[in-house]
Amino acid sequence: MGMDLSTLRTLIIRYCVGEENWVDSRTIYIGHKEPPPSTEAFIQQRFPDNRIVSSKYTFWNFVPKNMFEQFRRVANFYFLIIFLVQLIIDTPTSPITSGLPLFFVITVTAIKQGYEDWLRHKSDNAVNQCPVHVVQHGKVVRKQSRKLRVGDVVFVKEDESFPCDLILLSSSREDGTCFVTTASLDGESSHKTLYAVQDTKAYRTEQEVDAIHATIECEQPQPDLYKFVGRINVYMDNEPVARPLGSENLLLRGATLKNTEHIYAVVIYTGMETKMALNYQSKSQKRSAVEKSMNAYLVVYLCILISKALINTLLKYVWQAEANRDEPWYNQRTESEKQRHIVIRAFTDFLAFMVLFNYIIPVSMYVTVEMQKFLGSYFIMWDDEMFDEELGERAVVNTSDLNEELGQVEYVFTDKTGTLTENNMEFIECCVDGHVYVPHAICNGQVMPGAASMDMIDTSPGPGAREHEELFFRALCLCHTVQVKEEETVDGIKHGLHQGKSTSFYISSSPDEVALVEGMKRLGFTYLRLKDSHMEILNREDEIERFELLEVLTFDSVRRRMSVIVRASTGELYLFCKGADSAIFPRVISGKVDEVKARVERNAVEGLRTLCVAYRPLSPEQYEEVCHLLSGAKLALQDRDKRLAEAYYLIEKDLILLGATAVEDRLQEKAADTIESLHKAGMKVWVLTGDKMETAAATCYASKLFHRNTQILELTTKRTEEQSLHDVLFDLSRTVLRQHGGMTRDTFSGLSGDCTDYGLIIDGATLSAVMRPGQEDSSSGNYKEIFLEICRNCSAVLCCRMAPLQKAQIVKLIKDSKEHPITLAIGDGANDVSMILEAHVGIGIMGKEGRQAVRNSDYAIPKFKHLKKILLVHGHYYYIRISELVQYFFYKNVCFIFPQFLYQFFCGFSQQPLYDTAYLTLYNISFTSLPILLYSLIEQHINMDILKKDPSLYRDIAKNSLLRWPIFIYWTILGVYDAIVMFFGAYFLFDNTTFTSNGQLMTTNTQMMFGNWTFGTLVFTVLVFTVTFKLALDTHYWTWINHFVIWGSLIFFVVFSLLWGGIIWPFLNYQRMYYVFMQMLSSGPAWLSIILLITASLLPDVVKKVICRALWPTTTERIQFKGRCLASEPSTIFMLSQTSSRISF
Amino acid sequence: MASSYNAKEEDGHHSGAPAHGGAAAAAAKSKKPDNTAFKQQRLPAWQPILTAGTVLPAFFVIGLIFIPIGIGLFVTSNNIREFEVTATPTRDTSNVFMYYGLSNFYQNHRRYVKSRDDSQLYGDRSALTNPSKECEPYRMSDGQAIAPCGAIANSLFNDTLELYHIDSNGTRNTIPLVKKGIAWWTDKHVKFRNPGGNNNLTAAFRGTSKPVNWRKPVYDLDPSDPDNNGFINEDFIVWMRTAALPTFRKLYRIIQKKAVTTPTLPSGRYVLNISYNYPVLSFDGRKRMILSTISWMGGKNPFLGIAYITVGSICFFLGVVLLIIHHKYDTRNNSADIPN
Repeated sequence: MGMDLSTLRTLIIRYCVGEENWVDSRTIYIGHKEPPPSTEAFIQQRFPDNRIVSSKYTFWNFVPKNMFEQFRRVANFYFLIIFLVQLIIDTPTSPITSGLPLFFVITVTAIKQGYEDWLRHKSDNAVNQCPVHVVQHGKVVRKQSRKLRVGDVVFVKEDESFPCDLILLSSSREDGTCFVTTASLDGESSHKTLYAVQDTKAYRTEQEVDAIHATIECEQPQPDLYKFVGRINVYMDNEPVARPLGSENLLLRGATLKNTEHIYAVVIYTGMETKMALNYQSKSQKRSAVEKSMNAYLVVYLCILISKALINTLLKYVWQAEANRDEPWYNQRTESEKQRHIVIRAFTDFLAFMVLFNYIIPVSMYVTVEMQKFLGSYFIMWDDEMFDEELGERAVVNTSDLNEELGQVEYVFTDKTGTLTENNMEFIECCVDGHVYVPHAICNGQVMPGAASMDMIDTSPGPGAREHEELFFRALCLCHTVQVKEEETVDGIKHGLHQGKSTSFYISSSPDEVALVEGMKRLGFTYLRLKDSHMEILNREDEIERFELLEVLTFDSVRRRMSVIVRASTGELYLFCKGADSAIFPRVISGKVDEVKARVERNAVEGLRTLCVAYRPLSPEQYEEVCHLLSGAKLALQDRDKRLAEAYYLIEKDLILLGATAVEDRLQEKAADTIESLHKAGMKVWVLTGDKMETAAATCYASKLFHRNTQILELTTKRTEEQSLHDVLFDLSRTVLRQHGGMTRDTFSGLSGDCTDYGLIIDGATLSAVMRPGQEDSSSGNYKEIFLEICRNCSAVLCCRMAPLQKAQIVKLIKDSKEHPITLAIGDGANDVSMILEAHVGIGIMGKEGRQAVRNSDYAIPKFKHLKKILLVHGHYYYIRISELVQYFFYKNVCFIFPQFLYQFFCGFSQQPLYDTAYLTLYNISFTSLPILLYSLIEQHINMDILKKDPSLYRDIAKNSLLRWPIFIYWTILGVYDAIVMFFGAYFLFDNTTFTSNGQLMTTNTQMMFGNWTFGTLVFTVLVFTVTFKLALDTHYWTWINHFVIWGSLIFFVVFSLLWGGIIWPFLNYQRMYYVFMQMLSSGPAWLSIILLITASLLPDVVKKVICRALWPTTTERIQFKGRCLASEPSTIFMLSQTSSRISF
Repeated sequence: MASSYNAKEEDGHHSGAPAHGGAAAAAAKSKKPDNTAFKQQRLPAWQPILTAGTVLPAFFVIGLIFIPIGIGLFVTSNNIREFEVTATPTRDTSNVFMYYGLSNFYQNHRRYVKSRDDSQLYGDRSALTNPSKECEPYRMSDGQAIAPCGAIANSLFNDTLELYHIDSNGTRNTIPLVKKGIAWWTDKHVKFRNPGGNNNLTAAFRGTSKPVNWRKPVYDLDPSDPDNNGFINEDFIVWMRTAALPTFRKLYRIIQKKAVTTPTLPSGRYVLNISYNYPVLSFDGRKRMILSTISWMGGKNPFLGIAYITVGSICFFLGVVLLIIHHKYDTRNNSADIPN
C-alpha cells in the first residue's frame, strides 16, 4: 500500500496548500535542444540555478536585516523607543539603563541567529558544491551541484541522492524502474519504485541519452511532494509522441537511489524551486495560553505605565503653577529651557516619566521566559522514562514554546491505529464465503511448533467453494503494493533466483498489507516478487504461478479500497479489489454477502481490522474499455486526480465477493492505563479514526475509553437514515441534558463514577452533515451548538470513518467553541498531520507509518504511554513554573518601580530617580534574575511520583488557573503593598525629625547626613531582599542549586554595592554612590529598619498562604501535606505493603 | 567518548536548538538519556511547606523579639533631647549637635540634584575650568568657569549661627562650636579635593569665578583653616549631599562635651544669633535651628520604635490567630497530625 498512503497524503497536503490547479506551466528542453521547427516557438524560459539557499542572511545584510527582524517584535520595539527617547531628550535615567539590557538581548539573539545562519551557510555550501555528473555532448562530466540548470541530463549512481527534482529517463534496470528511499524527506525508509518514461527507457548510455530529443511540459513547482503532473513530448523523426508524466516518474531532491546501479534523468526543478525546498517553509507559530495571558498582563501594565506618566505630568503642572515652585531662586532653568514651549515641555516631561517608569515592563522577562522554555525543554528530552528501549528513541522537542501548554490540555484527540494500538499487524483469520481459515502460527516467521498449515473450522467446502478459496488466496497475494526485499548479506543472492525462502522479507508502508501477505504465506500461497510486470506466486503445490500486472488502482482514503488488474498465465483477466467493507459491499453483485458480513461484524466487535476481498472477471473488451478510461484520465493535464477517481469508480463495480480478512492490531502497552489517567486528570479523550465503527468501538472498550457502564450515544449514518439528523440531535441532547439538568454542571465534580457516563460515537458522514454550513439558515449553526453541547457532556467521544481533514475539522470545532479549550492531538501517521498542526499542542508518535507526524509535531514521543508523563508531570511542572515566573516578574517590577512613582510626590514631580543608575540597570539583569530562572527550571511543588499516581491533581491547574485575573491582581496588590511599605518605611525614617545621624556614637563621632541616594539605596536594599525572600518562600523544592542562586544573588548584591560605592570610578562623571552603601550599613537604625521593612513586606503574603492552606486547602496542598506526613511515617507504608503481600499469598 | 559527551551536556553548553542539535547529536550516539539525578529532575531536595504549624513558632519568635526592640527604641528615642530654635538647655554630658533645618526646599529636584560636577569637586583641573554641561545655568559667569559650578553649590546655606550662654551675671559667653567632623570622612578626604592641594588656593582657583549667589569665592570659605577651605570645606560638603526630602536638616556644628561631669549645655539662658542671609520666604520655606543629642540609634526617631512595637504585636496576634486556626482546622482537614 505504498502508493495508497502517498495518495492519501496528497489529499491532505493539497488541501493544506490550497493549490489544486495546474496554474502555470513550464517547458523544458531536454539537453537544451531546440524542438523541431514544426512545433511551437522555442522560447527558452529562465529558471533559477540549483543553488539551495536555506540561510537567511548574507555577510552584508546580516546587521540591518537581523536588526529589522528583531525590532519587529513589539517588546523589542518598545525598548528601542524608550532607549531612543532617552538618547534624544533629557531624561532622568541615563540611556545605559535601558540600552545595556536591550543591547545584551539583541546581541545574544543576533549571535545565536548568526551562528545558526553560519551553520546553514556551511551546509548550503557543502550541498551546493558537491559534485554531480552531467551528460554533455555524449560524455559524463562532473559539475558542481549549484551549476545545474533546468534541462540538464544528470547521471546518478546507486546510493547517491538526487541533486534536484528530476524526471527519470532511463535506468540500469531492464524494466526501466528504479528504487528510491525518501527517508530524508518524509522518513519512510521503505523503497519506492519509480518508473522511467516509456519512450526513453531504452536509452541506456550517455550517447543514447544525449540523443534524446524531447520536451517536457509540466506545472510550475508546488510544494506537494506527492503530486506532479506533466507531459513529455518525444520527437521521433520529428513526430511528437506525448506521454503523461506523474509523480511515479518524478525523483525528488533529497531522495536516495537504491538497488539500482545508475539512472539518467532530466532536471526539471532546481534550487529553491525543488519540492524539498518549497516544503521547508516554517510552520505557523503556535502560542500558548500562558503567553496570551502574559500579553494581556503586558497591556494592563502598559496602561498602568501610561496612566502613571500622565498623572505625574498632570500633577507636575498643577504643582508648578506657582512660579516659586517651578523655578525657585536656587534652581533656575537654562535659557533654552525657558524658551521652550509649554506643550513641548509637557510632552518631554511625559516621555521622561515614561522612561522613569519603563522598568515596570522588563526586558529581561522575555529573555528569562525564552531561556526557561529553551532550557526547560531539555528535561523532556532527557527523561529516562520516556525513552523506549525497543525503538531506541527518546522524546523529541520540536518547539519549546509550548511546554506549559502541556499542563493545560482539556481535550485529547488521539488517532487509533499506531497510537492507541501497536500498529503491529497480525493476520488472525480469513473467511471465504463464510468458511473460516485460521493459520496456527505467529507472524514474523516464527512458526508455532506442531501447527498445521491451516485449520478449517467449518465443514470442508464443496468444489465450487474450492475455486473461490483459491481465487481468494491469489487475490490477496496479488492485490497489494508490497515489495520483496532480499537479504543483502551475499551479493549473489540479489541476482539469484528467489526461492521464497527466509532470505527475503516484505516491506510496505502499510503494515496491514504485510500482515496479509505473510498470512497468505502461512496459508500456503507465497508471493515471491514482481519481475518484468509479472507477479510470481508460489502456490501450495510449490509451483510458481505468474500473473501479469496490468494496472494498479491505488488506495486512497476516499474510496477506501484498492484494486489490481492482472492477466493469468492462462490469459484470463481479473480485477481483484480489496477494501473496507463499506467500500466493497455496495459494489458487490454476487457472493455470499450475508455470511461474510456477519463474520466481518463479529470480527470488528472483537477489535479486529477487517478487509473485504472481491473480484471481477474481465473480458478482453471490458479490459479495453478499462485501459481507455485509465489512460484517458492519466493523460489529462487538468483535474487528473478527479478524473482518475471517476475512472476508478467506473472500473470497480459489479464485483463478486470472495471473503474477508481479519488482522489484529494489539493495543499499545499501558494504553488503557494512560487513558484512564487522562480521564482522571479531567481531560476528555476523543478517538478519531478512519477505521469502522465496530472495530474502533472495540478498541475503545479495550483501552477503557468506554466502560461497561458507559451509556453509548450513537450519531451515525445508520441512525440518521431512520430519523432526520435534526431529530437525532435533539433526542441525544435531551438524553444528555436530562441527566445533567438536575445537577450543576461542574466540570470538577463530575466523573466520580456514580452518575452515568456518556460516550458518543459519531461517524464521518454524519459529522460532515452536522458541520455543513448554511443549509437552513439558522438551524445549521444550531446543529453545531447542539452537537457541541452533547460532546461537552460526554466523557469520551469516538469519531470513526474520519477522513484526515475531518480530524482537523473536529479539532478546530472544539478549539473554537465558546470555552476555547486547549486541545492536544496525538497521532503517528501522515493522516494525523492535519490535526497535529491544528491542535494547540501536536504530539507525534514515532510509529511505523513514517515520520511525517513526528516532523510536524510540537513534541514527539516513542509510545502513547509516555503521554501520561509528558502531560501529568512535565506539563504540570512547566505550567506551575512559568506561571510563577510571569506573576513574579510583574510583582518584582511593581515593587521596584512603585516607590519611584511615590517619590515623585516628594521631589516636585521632577522625574528624579530614586535609585542609582547601576541599580536601575542591574536589578532585573543580575540581582533578581537567576533565582527566578532556576526556580522556573527546577521547582517541583509536588513529588513527580505523586503527580503520576494521582492524575486528579492536574485539575488544580486547569483553565489557566494560576494566571487568572484575581491572582494577577493579588500579586499586583502585593507588589504595591510592598512598595508602599518600603517607601514609606524609609520615608518616615528620613522624615524631618529623624535619622540624621549614624548610630555609632560610641566609636566615632562622624555625623552623617543621609542624602537622597542613601534613601534610595535603603529602599533598594529592602527591595532586593524582599523579592528574593518572597521567591524563597514560594520555593517548595530546595536543591543545592536553589540555595546557591538565592543566597548567591543576595551576596552578589551586597558585594556589588560595596564595590560600586567603594571606589571613585574614573569613567563616571558622577560619584554619587561613593560610600553611600557603607555609610548606610554602618548605621544601626538602617539595619533595624531593613529588617523591619522586610518582615513587614513579607508578612501579609505568608499569612495569606498559611490561612488559605488551613481553611481552604486545594487538592495540591492537601497532597503536599500528606506526602510530608507519609515521608515522616515510613512505617505505615511498610505495614501496608506487608498486609498486601500477605493477602496475595 | 560517551563520558565526555555527558559532561558537555551537563555543563549546559547546548548547541543549537533542541530539535536540530539534539537530533543530530543523538543520531550519532546512543539516544538513551543519561540517568543522572539532575537530568531526571531527582536532585535531593529539602521540601518545606508553609503551614500554620510551621509558621506559628516563627510568628511568636518575631513578636517576642520585635516588641522589646521596639520598646527599647522608643524609650531611647524619647530620651533624646531635641530642641528647636527656642531651645532649653540640657544636662546631658554628651556632645550636642546643632542642625539647621529648611523646609519646602527641593534639594531633591532632578534639575537641582544633577547640577554639579563631581570631577571638578574631585580637584580635576580640566573640569575646573571647563565644568560639566549639567551645571547650566550655573556654569559660566562673565566668561569664566564657576567653581564650584552648579545649582547646589550656588545655593549654599550661608547663614551664620552663633550661640551664647548668658550666665547668671548676664555676660554673654560664646559657646564654642566645632565646625569640623560634620561631614562624611570619605567625602572630606576622598570625594572632595582642592585642585593642586590645599595650599595656595587663590592661585589654584585663578581663572574661575565664584558662584553668582556667593559673597566670597570658594577659597575664602574658611581662610583660617587650610584643611577646611575650598572644596573641602565641611559646611560646603554637607550642603552638597542633597537631601532626600523637601523638608530636611543638616548638621551645622557640634558642641563638644566639656568634661565627664559638667553638662555640655548647662541650664541658663541662651541667645542664638543668626546673621540672616539665606532667603527662604520666596519659596514659602522655613528655617529652623535644632539642638539635639544622639543615642546609639541615632537622632530622635520615635517611628522606628513604634513600628517595631506594631509589627511585633501584629506578629504575636497573628501567632495566636494561627494557633486557633491550626487547632481547629489543620487537624480536622488532615487526619494525620502535625509533623514533628
